[in-house]
Amino acid sequence: MTAAAITGIGAVTPLGVGVDALYAGWTGGRSGIVDGQGACLDFEPTDFLTRKEARRADRSSQLLLAAADEALAQAGWGAPGDELPYAPERVGSIIGSGIGGFITLTENHKAMLEGLPVSPLAIPLLMANGPTGQVALRRGLLGPSWGTVSACAAGAHAIASALRELRAGTVDAVVTGGTEAALVDLARAGFTAMTALSPTGQSRPFHVDRDGFVLAEGGAALVLEDPEKAKARGAEILGYVLGAGSSQDAHHLSAPTPDGSGASRAVTQSLADAGIAATDVDYINAHGTGTPLNDRSETGAMHLALGSHITQIPISSLKSAIGHTLGAAGAIEAVATIRALRDRVAPPTLNLDQPDPELDLLHVQGAPVPLRETNGRAPIALSTSFGFGGHNACIALGGS
Amino acid sequence: MSTVTREDVEALVLSSLEELGAEADALSPTATFEDLDVDSLDLAELSQIVEEKYAVKLQGEDVAKLRTVEDAVNLIVERAAQ
Repeated sequence: MTAAAITGIGAVTPLGVGVDALYAGWTGGRSGIVDGQGACLDFEPTDFLTRKEARRADRSSQLLLAAADEALAQAGWGAPGDELPYAPERVGSIIGSGIGGFITLTENHKAMLEGLPVSPLAIPLLMANGPTGQVALRRGLLGPSWGTVSACAAGAHAIASALRELRAGTVDAVVTGGTEAALVDLARAGFTAMTALSPTGQSRPFHVDRDGFVLAEGGAALVLEDPEKAKARGAEILGYVLGAGSSQDAHHLSAPTPDGSGASRAVTQSLADAGIAATDVDYINAHGTGTPLNDRSETGAMHLALGSHITQIPISSLKSAIGHTLGAAGAIEAVATIRALRDRVAPPTLNLDQPDPELDLLHVQGAPVPLRETNGRAPIALSTSFGFGGHNACIALGGS
Repeated sequence: MSTVTREDVEALVLSSLEELGAEADALSPTATFEDLDVDSLDLAELSQIVEEKYAVKLQGEDVAKLRTVEDAVNLIVERAAQ
């Protein structure tokens, strides 16, 4: 197999609980950002987890488990405790997180400094692979399993890893995705100190006055399956992961390559991996953080990788509606992109009343625009994710 | 620690286990940890609570042998009396 079938998607984001809330909110031009941050205010962990399960999961895992329940139910895998459609040993779990259980970490550190006991749950809840272990435990997934850690590219790298595992034939299906719950003072202070956060609390990717990203939390999950096996069991296929690319800048601790050459190699590789040409790309879901450096570098990367066709591909950033969910971003954006491909539209970048003239891209402003007609094939999108540390990832997604 | 009563210890253990997520309906002195879905991490948390309250240290091997709520209460009362 070359492409992985997507049979289920789930998300918990600042726009609400569920993919419908995310997608309807974004395409409707609604922002989930309140008081300068993207919190999942509608999320109540005990709606999904028992009281015990909730207290034994960091918020990053709680968000992921709720998203995974949605994705797995949509895939027809039922609820926790139900039999899996494949041998458990043939089902993998790979979830990305930028930081891990940041809330658990800071709360336990504070307790320790105050002379209070550190919880026996501290380590299993704060480790960055925690969400992967949690979803495997909840569903009895016995196949290949690990977390991906590449800052804001972690969610995309998880999907890329899941695709590779399926292609290697070691699994029939993988539960993948990304999650992050880092709305803590230490994160705000750290990102502020490096002048990455928007001091005005506005998420304005590609805007001439953009001034940084807005910190957000969220989780998303996707069920990827071998397409033949998914069809054989009668699953509805929502779309495909056609290919993936990843690269490293080796340029700076946190800043991207100014010309975007580092990121462009991930994009180029994703096209080759998917077996498609630049001219096949119908929509780009940009990393688009709204930092001055990212959006400039990303524009350069797109021009390098996609050539003159870039001026004809609608591009937008979901972060304009929910902020930056760090390690969850790649997964949330893949989920939203799959919905957009199904609707054959490119959703807008919100708040983009005045695009930066230096960022010569085909921005989607105000409202969704229809994708171009693609006779004889489903539309194709790219979703980019770039992380501090020089990590770049690009996922090629296909509609069904 | 002569003021530690068995009733106090039992009440603390039961309320702590409920706090840790055990189902209130299933809690009783004779309930087994297995039935209550109380595992080694729960018992480590319980040990912290007990140590805080009674200055009684429950070591790993002692805790590993505990099977029921009553077993835990007995051990704590015994240690507190030492």
